Amino acid sequence: MDALIQNTYPVKAADYTSAGRASADIKRRLKQLGVSGDVLRRVAVASYEVELNLVIHSEGGELELAVFPDRVQLVSSDVGPGIPDLSLAMKEGWSTANDEARSLGFGAGMGLPNMKRNADDFAIESEVGKGTVITMGFRLA
Amino acid sequence: MPEQTRYHSVRLDKERCRGCTNCLKHCPTEAIRVRGGRAHILDSLCIDCGECIRICDYHAKVAVTDTLEDIRRFRYTIALPAPTLYGQFRTLKKPVYVLEALKKIGFDDVFEVARGADVVTRAIRERLRDTSIPRPVISSACPAVVRLIQVRFPELLEHVIDIRQPMEVAASIARRRFCKAHDCAPEDVGCFFITPCPAKMTAIRRPIGQAKSALDGAISIMDIYGLLLPHVEAMQNDPDFVPATPYGVAWATSDGEANAVSPGSSLSVDGIPNVIRVLEEVENNKLRDLEYLEGNACIGGCVGGALVFENNYVAKAAIRRLVADMPKRHPDTDVSAAMLNKYPMKNDLPFEPNAAMRLDDNLVVAMQKMNRMNQIMDHLPGYDCGSCGSPTCKSFAEDIVRGFVASEMDCVHLMKEKIRHMAEDMVTLAQSAIDLGGKKEEHPEAANRSQK
Repeated sequence: MDALIQNTYPVKAADYTSAGRASADIKRRLKQLGVSGDVLRRVAVASYEVELNLVIHSEGGELELAVFPDRVQLVSSDVGPGIPDLSLAMKEGWSTANDEARSLGFGAGMGLPNMKRNADDFAIESEVGKGTVITMGFRLA
Repeated sequence: MPEQTRYHSVRLDKERCRGCTNCLKHCPTEAIRVRGGRAHILDSLCIDCGECIRICDYHAKVAVTDTLEDIRRFRYTIALPAPTLYGQFRTLKKPVYVLEALKKIGFDDVFEVARGADVVTRAIRERLRDTSIPRPVISSACPAVVRLIQVRFPELLEHVIDIRQPMEVAASIARRRFCKAHDCAPEDVGCFFITPCPAKMTAIRRPIGQAKSALDGAISIMDIYGLLLPHVEAMQNDPDFVPATPYGVAWATSDGEANAVSPGSSLSVDGIPNVIRVLEEVENNKLRDLEYLEGNACIGGCVGGALVFENNYVAKAAIRRLVADMPKRHPDTDVSAAMLNKYPMKNDLPFEPNAAMRLDDNLVVAMQKMNRMNQIMDHLPGYDCGSCGSPTCKSFAEDIVRGFVASEMDCVHLMKEKIRHMAEDMVTLAQSAIDLGGKKEEHPEAANRSQK
């Protein structure tokens, strides 16, 4: 089924001033659509984490929101650098955030585990030198 | 467009409204529209913060509160002053002077809402032991902030503390004590809050979290400041009185509540736009290590309310000085555990979400409306000038979709564009008519245009 709402947000690497704008717009849209309570809370957390991941770890990319009558889908795709060891990256507390990110309070290594915990479906594909694609699904009750 | 149907203290004085865009642009919840040459307040979005009252140069936005005449319908009356009232008198030595002055202007009794804040402080501290309430726990003391959460952050409602506001607890105590002392029925006594803001007035008439308020009304600080002043200044003897603790009095200013309730881990934020930014942080799960969050709609806390007399910074300084001079008692030891059982502390109703942001109850229809909104947005200039009567281009697009606006031509910029096109067409048309008539004379500019 085609998504009724589809929006793409470009996210720049290391652009901390704009960080959080895409997820803020996603939240606003979902509230206007009447998505509520638990689902909204989970999408809020996951979309913020995935947007920040793009800012902190990627070389730039985009976040795509798609809303279907029965689910919300978030797809984050970047142009690199790719994750060498996915199982290590999924571990809580593991982070490769640089000093700049850490000085801003990021880099606790909770990003990916948090996304996985909050999404109903979570898939991650990554290739070093090419990039990472994270797909998250949230069922609308 | 839906007009006001639910009770709101904040109203429009139609006669005075010029239909300018000041309030439109300053309403933090985008609850105002200018249509037909005057402002309209959208019922479901208005949180009664009073920002529009402050900004309107024509005094067309008013707060409806009770008058000293209104209180006469009760056999007895009790005044319950917000601690903010103390901050209105720069050189005030003790709160009791203000309490005595309230009696002088006609109240039979007084009870400090600061004392209610003492009791509520202890009740909240007990309540925080329940670790099942998601963190940060959010204060419910500012009704405008609670209504903001109901509209814009409904998923955060379970963070909001379910303990009653200080004015409510104060009124329960005051009424029961008065009835016992004077052997009268509860309905013979009118309890009136002396309020710094319209949001509290609305919270009395249309309570949040309670079926019925313990108060009977509210009188604006602005309305009685002038009557109180000479009595406060003339006060000489010190009546015997045990006042609220400095912690209760400090609730008048931002951080007072947070510091009393959870000094170790708390954050306080004032001013609606700032409150919104912090609530977004909570939404993003970034403040999960924080124990308590105090949000105030007004800058400086309640001292910044729309119905106060004194400048909020001056009042804040006055409260700080007053607090510093008070004996150092803390609600933990000053309020007995028995008090918490004797009077109702917890809300009797849950905080309900307000669906005003929703484009439609049906998800698919809401999605269609959102797509239509985005299409309209593509045509709009994005100046957010407010000339159309909606606060931003985005809200204008939303208003069209919701049916509040007839057409895109309410946008003066689109209209100008359309007129320009029509004028060009006219020139072209006129030119062809002239050509048909066999005349050779041509306006050089028109020739250029028609060649395009």
